[in-house]
Order: sequence, then C-alpha cells, then structure tokens
Amino acid sequence: MIVDRRWRVTLRSFALGYLALLLLIPVGMVFYRTFEHGAMAVFDSVTTPAAISAFWLTITVTLIAVPLNTIFGVLCALALARGRFRGKALLDATIDLPFAVSPVVIGLALVLVYGRGGWLDGLPFQVIFAVPGIVLATIFVSVPFVVREVTPVLREIGDDQEQAASTLGANRWQTFWRITLPAIRWGVAYGIILSVARCIGEFGAVSVVSGRISGETETLTLLVEERFQNFDVAGAYAASALLAIIALGTLLAMTRINPRRDDE
Amino acid sequence: MTTAALTLRRPAGRPGVLGLGISTLWLSLIVLLPLAAVVVRSTEGGWDAFWNVVTSRQSVAALRFTVEVSLLCTLVNAASGTLIAWVLVRDRFRGKAFVNALIDLPFALPTIVAGLTLLALYGPTSPVGINVAFTQAAVLMALLFVTLPFVIRSVQPVLIELDKEMEEAALSLGASNRTVFARVILPNLVPAILSGAALAFARAVGEFGSIVLLSGNIPFKTQVASVFIFKQVESDNPIGAASIAVVLLGISLLVLFAIRALGRWGARHDR
Amino acid sequence: MIAVRDVRKSFGDFVALNDVSLEIPDGSLTSLLGPSGSGKSTLLRIIAGLEEPDKGTVEIHGSDATQVPPQRRGIGFVFQHYAAFKHMTVRDNVAFGMKIRKQPKQRIQERVDELLEVVGLAGYQQRYPNQLSGGQRQRMALARALAVEPRVLLLDEPFGALDAKVRAELREWLRRLHDEVHVTTVLVTHDQEEAMVVSDHIAVMDKGRIEQVGGPVELYDRPRNRFVMSFLGPVSKVGEDLVRPHDIAISLTPEDGARQATVSRIVHLGFEARVELEVEGEGTVAAQMTRAEADHLELVERAVVWVRATGRTAVPA
Repeated sequence: MIVDRRWRVTLRSFALGYLALLLLIPVGMVFYRTFEHGAMAVFDSVTTPAAISAFWLTITVTLIAVPLNTIFGVLCALALARGRFRGKALLDATIDLPFAVSPVVIGLALVLVYGRGGWLDGLPFQVIFAVPGIVLATIFVSVPFVVREVTPVLREIGDDQEQAASTLGANRWQTFWRITLPAIRWGVAYGIILSVARCIGEFGAVSVVSGRISGETETLTLLVEERFQNFDVAGAYAASALLAIIALGTLLAMTRINPRRDDE
Repeated sequence: MTTAALTLRRPAGRPGVLGLGISTLWLSLIVLLPLAAVVVRSTEGGWDAFWNVVTSRQSVAALRFTVEVSLLCTLVNAASGTLIAWVLVRDRFRGKAFVNALIDLPFALPTIVAGLTLLALYGPTSPVGINVAFTQAAVLMALLFVTLPFVIRSVQPVLIELDKEMEEAALSLGASNRTVFARVILPNLVPAILSGAALAFARAVGEFGSIVLLSGNIPFKTQVASVFIFKQVESDNPIGAASIAVVLLGISLLVLFAIRALGRWGARHDR
Repeated sequence: MIAVRDVRKSFGDFVALNDVSLEIPDGSLTSLLGPSGSGKSTLLRIIAGLEEPDKGTVEIHGSDATQVPPQRRGIGFVFQHYAAFKHMTVRDNVAFGMKIRKQPKQRIQERVDELLEVVGLAGYQQRYPNQLSGGQRQRMALARALAVEPRVLLLDEPFGALDAKVRAELREWLRRLHDEVHVTTVLVTHDQEEAMVVSDHIAVMDKGRIEQVGGPVELYDRPRNRFVMSFLGPVSKVGEDLVRPHDIAISLTPEDGARQATVSRIVHLGFEARVELEVEGEGTVAAQMTRAEADHLELVERAVVWVRATGRTAVPA
C-alpha cells in the first residue's frame, strides 16, 4: 500500500500530537517545575533524612525482591518451556495474575493473610505496617517479568544444544551454567530491568500495607504522595523527578538491551 | 563406561521435579495464598453482609464509574494505539527511534509520578490554563497515560510481520488504498488490537496510583473502585473491602480469559 | 502487446535494470529467465505498476501505462509465496476482485465455482488458505488473478516455493491453461527447464540487461553469447570454444583437429552415458552420448581417445 504524502503527514501529526500532549509535554513540565527554583533546592529536597531513608528503603526492598523473582523466573521458565506436566496451562495463567489484579487488592490480600485477625497472624515478626509487608507486596507485583521474558527465548532456542552437551558428558548443573544461561542472558537482563522498574515504582499495594511511618516504612513513591498531601508541592516534584530520572534510565537500558535480545 | 554401567539419563537441562516444585511453592505462597484469602474471607461476615456492601450505593457507583471509564479508555486506545503503531511501523521520520522508545515510558514510570505529571500540565497550576483536576476527565486521562503502551506494543509486531505481498495482491486486483486497509490489513490486525485492548482494560480497571492525586476521589463522581476499596481498608473494614475486591477480581479475570480465547481464535487462520 | 522501452531502475547504488526494452506479443507466454539479481522480478513489477521506473515507459495494449497505478492496469499478479488473504476463505479470496468491482452476487458465485473447477479446487470453497497445501494455494492464487479477466497475467517465480514434483505438475498445468485461455502471460523464473517447457518466447536476462530474446529452440541452438549458452543448457569447454556435451565426437583413432584425451570416468544414466575426459594439456571435459554409442566405442576407464567438437553449436571465447 503506497500511502500518499498528505495522508502520511496527517497520520504522523495525529500520532505525534497525541504522544506529545499525553506523554512528552507533561513529563517535560515536571522537570521544568522541579528545577524552576534551582538545582540546589532540589538537591536539598531529596537529601532530607526522610528522603534518604525512603530512598534506601526502596532500594533495599528492590534488592530483595528482584533476585528472588529472577531465580523463580528462570526455574519457572525452564518448567514451562521444557517440562512436560499436567497443569501447565494453569501455571501459565497463574503467573499472569499479578497483571490482572489491582495493586490495592494485592495490599488488601496481604492484610487479610498477615494482618490482625489474618490467616497467618501471630508470626514472630510483624509483617503489616512493617518492612516485611512492603517486601511481600513488591515481590507479588514483580513476579511475572523474568518468567515472561525468558520462556519464549527458551522455547525459541530449543533444547538441541543442551542435548548435545549431555552427550558430551556435561551434568545438569554444568549444562545449565555453561549452555542454557548464556543463551538466555539477554532475556533475563531485560526481565530484571522491567522488574526493577516495577519494584521501584510500586505504589498501590505498598500504600495499603506500609503504615507510612516516615523514616521507617515510607518508600519513595509514598514519600511523593505524603509531600503532596502536606502541600509540599516542590518537595513532591523533587522526589518525582528523582523517580522519573530512574525511570528514564530504565527506558535507556531497555532500548540498549532490546536489539541484543532480538539477536539471540 | 561399559554398556552395563550406562544408565538412562534424562537429557540435561530438563528441569527436575525440584525446579517445578520450587516454582509452584513460590507462586502459591506469594500469589495464590493472599488472593485466596481475599476470595475466602470476603464472605466472612455472611452472604448478607457481602451482598450489602457490594450493592451499596457508593459501591455500585464506584464500580460502575470504573467500568465505564475503563471501557472508554480502552476504545480510545484501540483507535489511537492502532494509529500510532501504524505510524511507527510504516512511516519514516527523524527521531522515530526516540518516539518508539518513549512508548514504554508509562511502563517504567511510577504511577504516582504519572499522576503528578499530568497534574502539572492539566491541573490547577496549568501554564496553559487547562484544569481538569477533580473531574471524570482527569480519571480518563490518567488511564490513557498508564495504558498507552498496550495496544501499540500488541499491534506493532503484527504489522511488521504482515505479508506485504497480500497488499500488493489486493492492489493488483483493483482495490483502492482504502479497500486494502479495510479489507486486507485491518482484519489481520483485529486480534492484536483486541488483545492489547483487553490488557489495557484489565489494567485500567485496577489502576490506583495515577488517579489518587488527580481525581480528588469524590464519591459518586470521580471515585474508582480501587480507591473505594482502599477507603474501606482504611476504615478498618477489610472484609467489606474484600467483597468489592472479589467483584473487581471477577471482572479482571473474565477479561484475562477473554484475552486467551481471543488469542486462540485469532491464531486459527495463521500458519 | 506489452512494450517496455528504455526502462532504467536503481535501488540506491544497485542498478537493477539498465536501459531495458522488450516487446511481448499478445496472447503469448513469455518467460523472463535469469539468475538472481538479473532484474527479471523488477521488470515484472514495473510492468505491473508495483514499482516505478526511474526512466523509460511501459505500454500496455497501445496506451502508455507508465503513470497508471496497478489497480487500473487490468493485470493479474501471482506471487511466489501466494500472498493469500489468510483471513478469508478460498471462495472469498477468489471473489475478492469481483466483489470490489461490485459485480452481482449471482455472477460472482458462478464465476468462482467455474474457476475453482478449472484449477482443480472444486469443493474447497469454504476452506481457509492455511488448510491448503502450497500447490493448492498457488492454484487458488491463479484462480483469484483470473477472476477479473485480466488482459495480462504476470507470475513472479510462481512455483519457486513448491517441491520438485508439484512444480513439474503445475508447470504442465499452466501451459495447458494458457493454451485454453490465451491471456498474454509473462512468467519470471530462474529455472531454464521451466522456461523451455512452458514458454513461446524467452527473454534471457543478466545483470539488468536482456541478453537475448527468442523461442526455446532458437536460444538453445543459436545462443548469442556464452552467458546465454551456459544458462540454457550444459556446456563443455574444448580449446577456446564452448560446446554442448553431446556435440563432442569421440573416436578411437587420431583424426584431424582432434585432441588426445584419457577417459577418467564413465557414468551410465539410463539411456545416456556421461564420459569425463582428461584432455592433454587442458583438464577435464565432459561429453555426453547414448549408451549405444558408448558401448559401440567400448569405452573403458583409462582408454586413450581423440576428441573433437562437431561444430553445430560452438561459441568462440
């Protein structure tokens, strides 16, 4: 189909206009608003004790959730791509659940299990309104990413290489470490990046379980909301800008890794 | 290794029962257990209590508004998403790679920041005087933001794979450009559009962070189901919250099944 | 008649067609034959209007069609990979051209059934392309192209994606169809056997130019240059000349103008014998003769013989 010039330009304008109005200009606006009063003010705003504590909490939670979900992700991907067992479709559908469930419902679910009067109420450590709750919520929302990225790669490359390794004498661990893992590394990397972005940005579920104790159970995203509700708009923008920069960094990493993924 | 010593070895790389077991355990503990709690405990106060909460005026208003605005958002996405995917695949212009990368921004950006972002341009301090804060339009806008990538990313690969020769065949048979699009291209895109739209709907229906600052959460006007559930939890009524959550979960799961059915239906023509 | 005049087409730095001119007589089946990169597909697509030439004109049935878009040229096009509308049934595929011309339903129904009968797909109306084999899909594509009664039928390596047996069958079938229907047909192929079996005329192309145009026999017997000769059949080099292997005479006694050679291998293939010879000072030459001839000469390995080209087709260097 050879679209004539006029149509092409019209369609392009619509598309770019939509994206500019919805995406580009608002994001630009945030940065403008943030740095309106100078970079020093921003720096001060993101280095308050509350902010630093929020930052470290977010990082810590992410550093717990992502590795765990990566291990799970690779194991599960192997099961889905190579395994033969009944209930594969069920496993497949279950993995998608975190995408289908509202973050608030996720938080609620954790409260109903680990909170006062919950099924697992009475554990030796506090879950709800404490860091473990935040960790559990963050793990929940980032469960699918590595699996979803690695499974198609495993399917695509097939297990010929692994069989070859086996005939050459490699045991299961050696095969996995030397053959399988290198073959899927870009899929894993991409999945990790998506997970990290999701963990850092989680808000709804954490909102419910955290208790928002400043300096203790307040993540960066919760900090943004708190500052906004307390009319510290500049502070909210500063924290947002920090999160936005991390997000843009994530995007950049995604763009870099994508072509490597396709080459695999 | 003598023949006698050669044992039947399972091909390396095939996951043992162990791998599968760990995965299942992880999923059950992290995902299934909490979700089960929601479903099971929602009726803890008895069926009457469940019914009352779910059919209360505020609850119905919130659920209805949520579904309506999510449907509208999905429709807009189906159209705009297809358009943007078309431009990204078929058009050539400087900075296209940049725009293409930008599409994933809503995936990468925290929802609370998304809300604040829209507020900056379209809220009370808007430099262009557009203020939609605390209106239903604001909710729609927030949803459009967070669901932007779904239809686009769903349609793009299909468009790229589309057999160019099919279009040329249609041309050679006398079809105008419009006919080629309507009768040859679009029918092949529909499954992808629907699939992306379903994903967008599922996301929109549960969205929270981007709406919370922008909409004002006015009951009966701009309050969505997720906010209503949150308020129930805050008011120390987790069981009531669970009841509404079950209804919301029901709607989301329905959509998930629809996606899979659509995927299978769409694939029946392919080889 | 289709007339292509002085057409030139480049893709970036690559010159696909270099001042190409060709006349295709009405009602004939003409092949564009050449190796990949010769420009034959490009030429076909320019005739179809799917590509625009940088320079030159295309005339279809007396009127200048160079600026006319493909929709209005009255052509039928068949693609190597079928280009089936995979979301439509066989019936809807074939009916497509007629439907968009808003022809009456009854007439469409009749013609589709008629055409499917002709291509051997009667009863397949409700199937989808993915339920058909490659050969069946291509026959459907042909029916689809013929449905709108094109003035010109263009086929771009139509049998290239099919396996050898199906290819041979469809080749025969296409020739028979052309004999019945008589639409001016242009076929692009890289398979010289296909071109020879099916066509009235062949245009041999190489590197964006037409090397020679003629009937199959004429091109085989009187090739204008080495390229045409070696593309259209087997060749052997004797001295400075290219000859056909069956134009090499072998004798057991020295003769005028003959060179000495040793038989290195004899392969018997049915009624044919292929004799590989080491010619003094020159290297390997392949000769071809009937079993009877080989037996008569009592050729064995390592026998010493004398070889000579029997002038009929010999092209000097």
